[in-house]
Amino acid sequence: MKIPIVVTLKKEVLDPQGKVIQQTLQHMGEKTVLNVRQGKYFELDIDENNYEKAKIIAEEICKKLLANLVIEDYKIMDKS
Amino acid sequence: MLSSVVVFPGSNCDRDMAVALEKFGFKNSMIWHNDTEIPKTDLIVLPGGFSYGDYLRCGCIGSKSKIIKKVVEFANKGGLVLGICNGFQILVETGLLPGTLLRNKYLRFICKDVYLKIKNNSNTFYSKFEKDIIKLHIAHNEGNYFIKNDELKKLEDKNQIAFEYCDINGEVSESSNPNGSINNIAGVFNDNQNVLGMMPHPERMIDKYLSGNDGSLFFNNIKQKLSI
Repeated sequence: MKIPIVVTLKKEVLDPQGKVIQQTLQHMGEKTVLNVRQGKYFELDIDENNYEKAKIIAEEICKKLLANLVIEDYKIMDKS
Repeated sequence: MLSSVVVFPGSNCDRDMAVALEKFGFKNSMIWHNDTEIPKTDLIVLPGGFSYGDYLRCGCIGSKSKIIKKVVEFANKGGLVLGICNGFQILVETGLLPGTLLRNKYLRFICKDVYLKIKNNSNTFYSKFEKDIIKLHIAHNEGNYFIKNDELKKLEDKNQIAFEYCDINGEVSESSNPNGSINNIAGVFNDNQNVLGMMPHPERMIDKYLSGNDGSLFFNNIKQKLSI
């Protein structure tokens, strides 16, 4: 089962890349975009058919490797 | 005095570090990251570089290497562990040091000489710098030290801040902060002050005729401390 995961910087952590993207959008005329946060996308193909069980495995993996919890939040998305 | 430099795939300051350690009287061994034993040693150094190509997060994959378990054991028993640049990034990823290193504030790789204020002049590594301000080299893209406010307070209270970026007169300010580090922090100790991580490279400043000599003060200090 494929479990999608998004890791982003926590709200209180400055995201300079997101800021540059937002400024570039402003220069391009996209005046409605007030803020951009950049993140990472992962797709774990887990050998498990039960979504809830796969999610528990994914959560553990997020905590121990995919996200640095000092600065990042992770979000496990619905199965794809 | 025995030292060990851990080599990861992508390390590139490992040999400079070995040269520096040997110059100051250490008998050094190079340890491959996949090894499972560390030979008898007084000091372990995690060198600068780009371990595992900085994949996922700088230092992250390196922090899961086989040898790291032994490095953590060594540190927890009070052994001296020094992480320079990528080595510092690895140490924060292992949890041996608090906080983390973000991308530089202005999104540029920075390669230049900086001045550093010695904030802690009495710890397990060294007990007397002859100078209050030293000049060392930095070369990094992710050296922007970040820590939560409550933990920052703890660092200050426990005297865990080793170096701060300053100007030639020792002034610590926004303009002397190259990478956006919180409170200009360039290096930190762990709780027991036997683990030190720093972004500047002392191993690049060990010859007054080449680049500068303030790195020599650093190594001499460690040597003196270990000889006592």
